[in-house]
Amino acid sequence: MDFALSKKHEMFRTLFQEFAAQEIAPVAAELDESGEFPWLAVRKMASLGFLGLPFPKDLGGAGADTLAYILAVEEFSRACAATGVVLSAHVSLGAHPIYQFGTKEQQARFLGPLAKGEKLGAFALTEPNAGTDAASQQTTAVLSGGEYVLNGTKIFITNGEVADTYIVFAMTDRSKGLKGISAFVVEKGTPGFTFGPQENKLGIRASSTTELIFEDCRIPTGNMLGKEGDGFKIAMQTLDGGRIGIAAQALGIAQAALDESVRYAKERQQFSKPIGTFQAIQWMIADMGTDIEAARLLVYRAAWLKDMRRPFSKEAAMAKLYASETAMKHTVKAIQVHGGYGYMKDYKVERLMRDAKITEIYEGTSEVQRMVISASLLK
Amino acid sequence: MKIVVCIKQVPNTTEVKFDQKTGTLIREGLPTIINPEDKNALEEALAIAGAVGGQVTVLTMGPAQADYALRETLAMGAHEAILLSDRAFAGADTWATSYALAKAVEKLGEFSLIFCGRQAIDGDTAQVGPELAEHLDIPHITYVRRIVALDEKTVVVERALEDGYEIVESTLPALLTTLKELNVPRYPSAGGVITAFDEKKVMVWTAEIVGADPAKIGLKGSPTQVKRTFTPPVKGTGKMLTGTHKEMVQQLIQELRTKHVL
Ligand SMILES: Cc1cc2nc3c(=O)[nH]c(=O)nc-3n(C[C@H](O)[C@H](O)[C@H](O)COP(=O)(O)OP(=O)(O)OC[C@H]3O[C@@H](n4cnc5c(N)ncnc54)[C@H](O)[C@@H]3O)c2cc1C
Ligand SMILES: Cc1cc2nc3c(=O)[nH]c(=O)nc-3n(C[C@H](O)[C@H](O)[C@H](O)COP(=O)(O)OP(=O)(O)OC[C@H]3O[C@@H](n4cnc5c(N)ncnc54)[C@H](O)[C@@H]3O)c2cc1C
Repeated sequence: MDFALSKKHEMFRTLFQEFAAQEIAPVAAELDESGEFPWLAVRKMASLGFLGLPFPKDLGGAGADTLAYILAVEEFSRACAATGVVLSAHVSLGAHPIYQFGTKEQQARFLGPLAKGEKLGAFALTEPNAGTDAASQQTTAVLSGGEYVLNGTKIFITNGEVADTYIVFAMTDRSKGLKGISAFVVEKGTPGFTFGPQENKLGIRASSTTELIFEDCRIPTGNMLGKEGDGFKIAMQTLDGGRIGIAAQALGIAQAALDESVRYAKERQQFSKPIGTFQAIQWMIADMGTDIEAARLLVYRAAWLKDMRRPFSKEAAMAKLYASETAMKHTVKAIQVHGGYGYMKDYKVERLMRDAKITEIYEGTSEVQRMVISASLLK
Repeated sequence: MKIVVCIKQVPNTTEVKFDQKTGTLIREGLPTIINPEDKNALEEALAIAGAVGGQVTVLTMGPAQADYALRETLAMGAHEAILLSDRAFAGADTWATSYALAKAVEKLGEFSLIFCGRQAIDGDTAQVGPELAEHLDIPHITYVRRIVALDEKTVVVERALEDGYEIVESTLPALLTTLKELNVPRYPSAGGVITAFDEKKVMVWTAEIVGADPAKIGLKGSPTQVKRTFTPPVKGTGKMLTGTHKEMVQQLIQELRTKHVL
């Protein structure tokens, strides 16, 4: 058993750290405040092939693997969790289903531009009345005149409006229940496809979250992913992979909380000593470090299983559950280490705490992860 | 245009430690990087190759671990990488190092430009570049901060001086040593990292392969004998003088007198 990263992955990590330090970290606080999308960093990521990390070179990707991609999400999120989720939603949710379920023609048409970073991707499953209960889709797709006509509303869509290519789920046959859901690739600019306003969020504020509105939006049949009725399976398998991405985002946030806490504990003096000499602070830092290492092992192992083409659904759920709860718990502790200063926007830990919360909610709440894990264990 | 870039893998710290007994650097356990100014050298070579077409070959003399530094240059876009590695090279000073590099360059054949960094952050001598040019009997220009013009036959550069710069023209082939100001090194691309590890090879050349004279390499070929190394004592804090120029000069003279310098 070898826990060390390969030289290749070490180089990836160093590259992502340098990129994050120079292109992401310097503007993170500012973009959090303004809610502005990190276009500059995303365009540079595109030009360096980061938006196609796990996809083969002949499909326009960088030819790396899930682990390399996960290292990118981790390191970028360590600097700015919003930038991290832009990458994660694009790769795991927008591009990956086309890679996994698309025909050769669909891969050439839709995945190529996404993997090369010429276009940005998104994934639209959630509706006002279909959150955790994703199967109760109300958006409909009706075949008419050789095209599917989409009607309905999706909410809380990451990369909404900024993305060009959307994986959209809709009911094609309500009588079939789960088996009546289908998946479509919908391009921005298609008549009848519009966006709601930007959501004003607690955290990951520089990421884009919008409603998608479909009013008699006509989609060519060639844009259907898989067969009619494959939608729910496509959504669930896509989320299995996406969870590793969100787990990596949580891991990056948690690591940043530790980085900040260690630095502050050495710097801040009270009672004429650095606060890091007090056992109360030391124990918080010890727990942070331990939970983060445990989370990292879970996250990397889930990525490794996926790369080995072994089953990873339960492990991805475990990684996401543990990493997100670690991020939430320890960003709160990081503020505790910082005392009153940590409550102020001048310090990064305040943003980390706000950013951490979403990782317990999207791509399946912690409750959903526990359902997935227990269903697998009690099978 | 054929361009050779010499890089050195160095410890990632400016505070290298010495083994007091042997007087050599303690390299174990230090994370390594490509010497920063060598990245500027590589960037310039890649930019030229990108603009006028050409082939960039990266060369380093070092232990097996230097493979990693070469992979990084391949990830940035270098076309080929050569690791000069042989026990016989061990203990080389700058003269033996530059001799070995020269033999490798000769084996590579025709070239137009060689780029070196100004200076390595560990050895710090800034000698290898100029010495390499002397071994090859070609002109060299140090401290290049801008390339003004370049064609098949000549190169014109701005060469930094302490208080300005001069414009120097040279025929090709020539060797240039580069400063940080020259450019901003590119990031490796993700696809480049894959190319570097999965698609390309680092060639390993021994002393025999490059036809180096055994008497001129390694410790044996090194005229420099390190007698002793030491860390200079940390300088005391400076004292700022204030007042008019005249007052400050008077204070200075007073100070120098009390210290018996005057
Ligand atoms: C910032 C942001 C970005 C998002 N991005 C996307 C995106 O890109 N694409 C997309 O499709 N969706 C996206 N979502 C939606 C997200 O996935 C859902 O919000 C999430 O799945 C929860 O659904 P809900 O909000 O409807 O909550 P609900 O399903 O209403 O859940 C409310 C609470 O009830 C719990 N609960 C529900 N059912 C059960 C049960 N059976 N057992 C136990 N507890 C239960 C939940 O865990 C939760 O605590 C995003 C959301 C946010 C906030
Ligand atoms: C006084 C003295 C003490 C020394 N002590 C030690 C020691 O303790 N341990 C030890 O291992 N070595 C030692 N050396 C050897 C020295 O580190 C090597 O000769 C080194 O390769 C070149 O010297 P530099 O680091 O000063 O490089 P510089 O001359 O400053 O480098 C300038 C440029 O030359 C190129 N270059 C330099 N080295 C290489 C290389 N190996 N391959 C390819 N290109 C290169 C790079 O482009 C670099 O930017 C010592 C040398 C001297 C003169």
